[in-house]
This record gives sequence, C-alpha cells and structure tokens, in this order.
Amino acid sequence: MNDTPTLAFDPADTCLNVEQLSVSYDGKAALREVSLTVPRHRVTAFIGPSGCGKSTLLRSFNRMNDLIRGVEVTGQIQLFGEDILAPAVDVTVLRRRIGMVFQQPNPFPMSVFDNVAYGLRLQGLSEQRTLEREVEWALRSAALWDEVKDRLEASALTLSGGQQQRLVIARAIAIRPEVLLLDEPASALDPISTLKIEELIGQLAEAYSIIVVTHNMQQAARVSDYTAFLYLGELVEFSATDDLFTRPQARQTEDYITGRYG
Amino acid sequence: MREHISGQYDAELDELRAMVTEMGGLVERQLQAVCLGLSTWDADPAEPVAALDKAVNRLEVSIDDACTHIIARRQPTASDLRLVMSIVKAITDLERIGDETTRIAKMLETLCALPALRDPLPELTDMMERVQSMLADALNAFVRVDEARALEVITRDRAVDRAYEALVSRLLEAMEASPERLRSYHNIIWCARSFERIGDHAKNVCEYIIYLARGKDVRHQGLGSANA
Repeated sequence: MNDTPTLAFDPADTCLNVEQLSVSYDGKAALREVSLTVPRHRVTAFIGPSGCGKSTLLRSFNRMNDLIRGVEVTGQIQLFGEDILAPAVDVTVLRRRIGMVFQQPNPFPMSVFDNVAYGLRLQGLSEQRTLEREVEWALRSAALWDEVKDRLEASALTLSGGQQQRLVIARAIAIRPEVLLLDEPASALDPISTLKIEELIGQLAEAYSIIVVTHNMQQAARVSDYTAFLYLGELVEFSATDDLFTRPQARQTEDYITGRYG
Repeated sequence: MREHISGQYDAELDELRAMVTEMGGLVERQLQAVCLGLSTWDADPAEPVAALDKAVNRLEVSIDDACTHIIARRQPTASDLRLVMSIVKAITDLERIGDETTRIAKMLETLCALPALRDPLPELTDMMERVQSMLADALNAFVRVDEARALEVITRDRAVDRAYEALVSRLLEAMEASPERLRSYHNIIWCARSFERIGDHAKNVCEYIIYLARGKDVRHQGLGSANA
C-alpha cells in the first residue's frame, strides 16, 4: 500500500527496517507486505485488534515465528542494516541482541539473583564479583533493586506479579540487548504495577530501542513516541503518537482509536 | 461519522452538542435583543438580556462539567478529543459574547435616558448586522463542522474592525461638534467596542471549528495559515 501514512527515519536513527514483510501460517496470511522503520532509542507501540498481526510482527524481529510449523516469511527485516532473516543468521545471537518480555511474567524457578545472572552465566561470565555488579545494575535499571536487595536469594516466585515482570525485564536487559520487545507487558498486572512498568519503559528508552505490543490504547498513548496501527495483517498508519491520537490520517485508525471499530 | 461501539458514549456526545447549540441559541437571542434596542432607541427589547445571561452562565458550567466527565470516563481521542477541546474553548467565547451583550444592554438603558441622537450612525448598523450574521454562521458551522464556512466567517471580521474604526472617527468628530452630547457618544463607542469584541469571539469559534475539522490550530497565524 503506497498511500499508507507512515514515517521514515534517517538510517543513523533507524533500529529495524522492515520491507514488504509477509507472514503466513499454513497458507493463511497473518501479515501482508508490511513496511516500516523502527527508530533507535525510542518507544514504538504496535496497536490493533486481535488478529491484526501486531504480535506476529513483533515475533518476526527475533525470529520467534520460526518455531511455528507451517510458517512462511517473505520480505526483509534489517537490524541496524543487517539482514536478520537470512538462513545464515545465528538465531541465538539474534535473540541476545533482541530481548523479549511476555504478557505473563515467567521467572525461572530459582532465586532472584540467579534469574538475572542466568543469561550472563550462559554467556560464560562466572566471576562472582562481576556477576553481582551486573545483577545489581540490571535490577536497578528495572527499578526493582530497592525492593529485592535484601532477598536476592529468595525464590523469584515469591515476588508479586508486578515485581516478577520487572525481574523478567531485568533478566532481559542484563545481557545488554540492543532492542527490547515487550508483548503486552502489563496486561496481567494491577494498575499500580502497570504504571511502574510504564515508567520503566520510558527510562529504558534512553538506552534501548523498545517495541511494545499492547491492547491498551491509552497505554500506547502514554508510553510510546511512535505508534503503528495494524488491521487485518496490514499496516494502516504509522505516526508520531501525539499525532496518531489527536489527528489520525486514516479513517480506520480514527474508527479504532475512538472506539468506532467493530 | 460511524457510531461508537458504546451507544452511551454517542448519547453523551450528542447531549454535549445539544447543550452547545442551546447555549449558542441563547447568546444569539441576547445579541438580537440589544441590536433591536439600539436600532429603535428603546431599552425594552434588551430587558431579557440579563436573565438570558444567567442561563448562559449556568449552561457554560454544565457543559464544562460534562466535558470533564467525558474526559475522565471516556478518555476521548482523535475527532472525539478535538470535539471536546473545541467545545471547552468555544463556550468560553460564547459566554463572553453574552457578557458583552449584557454590557451593551446596560449602556442602552443609560442611552435611552439621554436625549435621542439625530444623526444616523450607518457604521453602527453595519457592525450590528455583520456580527449577528457572523455569530449565526459560526454557530451553524460548529454544528455542521463546516470548515469552509468557518474560514469564510473568519474573513468577515476585518469588515467589522473597519466599521468600528470608521464609527469611532465619526463619533470623535461629533463629540467636538456637539460636546453637549458627549455622554451619548461615549456610550455608543462602548457599545461599538463590545460589538467589535463579539466579532472577535465569533471568529475564535470558527478557529476552533477548523481545529475540530482537521486537527490544525490556526490561532494567531493569520488567514494564509488557516487556508493552507
């Protein structure tokens, strides 16, 4: 669609570049020729009704869709200019560069400390002093340190849902990814925990490029700098969040965000 | 415009529009009353203006309240948000038009107690006709979100300003020629000043209509920008 209202960023400010991306599952199209650029060190939100393709698009960035049988992907995705869909790409390395947090907090059944240290140890880091420093840094970055510093050896499963989700974010950023994908990161949380996660997203954007998929339009309006609206597998509009929520260009966007969709 | 999934939300916005229409109607009646009074040199037609103003003020408070509720409960976006914001702003201008007519009505009372003026004041008649039609067209454009009409009304404010300047010049000369009528002329200048302000408020309402229609703020930018 050449007339899709969209944005382009300078290559130096671009983190992900998606061109003509189509994804289908068993021949059923989930994404149709989506093209967009995701800016670096900004928060980008994907919104749209269930089945619009926003999660499929998000999962394309760290090749999560590869795990699904019958998936077919065409088009291009570049991470800082590198083709990430090429068969030669080491997906493990890719997922280290592009971290992901899911809707349900999924801490490992081990201590708070070990959760955050997990990825670091996988990378071969074993020196205790360094591990402690990195774990503290990650927990501070995830705005969780003050709440857990006295119980780092307690099981992560004893934390509240909101704390667990911030722990999972700490685990994701401990290995210092370049991009953070958040798939409905607050939809299983209470309002206070949600606000803490939203606050954290804003702080993390200083160091990471963040993409949030959310059903909650007000959340997208609160946390993101840019918003893409998808519908039936197509990108309908990609605009600065301030513009999209006050003067959307596409009629479908207007109908969706004003609650006229359906 | 398609309906919202929530019928209650549609009903709330419809109710809001109805209240603005009602408020606009009351303000129009106020303006008509003082224009008739001034044209006929008779304070009687303007007698209901003060009571109408109380109703206008009450409506302003009710509409503000309704807008606050909609923002708190519905978190409007896009055209809904622009509608609520435009209404919040437009009713302030409507309320001020009401205040100006109340001021004119009071001056009309003073004027009618003074000896009648012999000379015709075509500029005053011209101003009264112009601001009445500006207000009526602005209100219609608001109801219909008629951007073209709003732009056209904005252009008409210049003629009101010119008539005001011409009237002031004429009255300054008249004051020198007939100092015994100074109080009357002085009062008429104040009335004219109020009509000029009413034209400005009608123009403001039209600027909100352009924002409502296309999300573009054209205040303080001149007509070139409004047309762009």
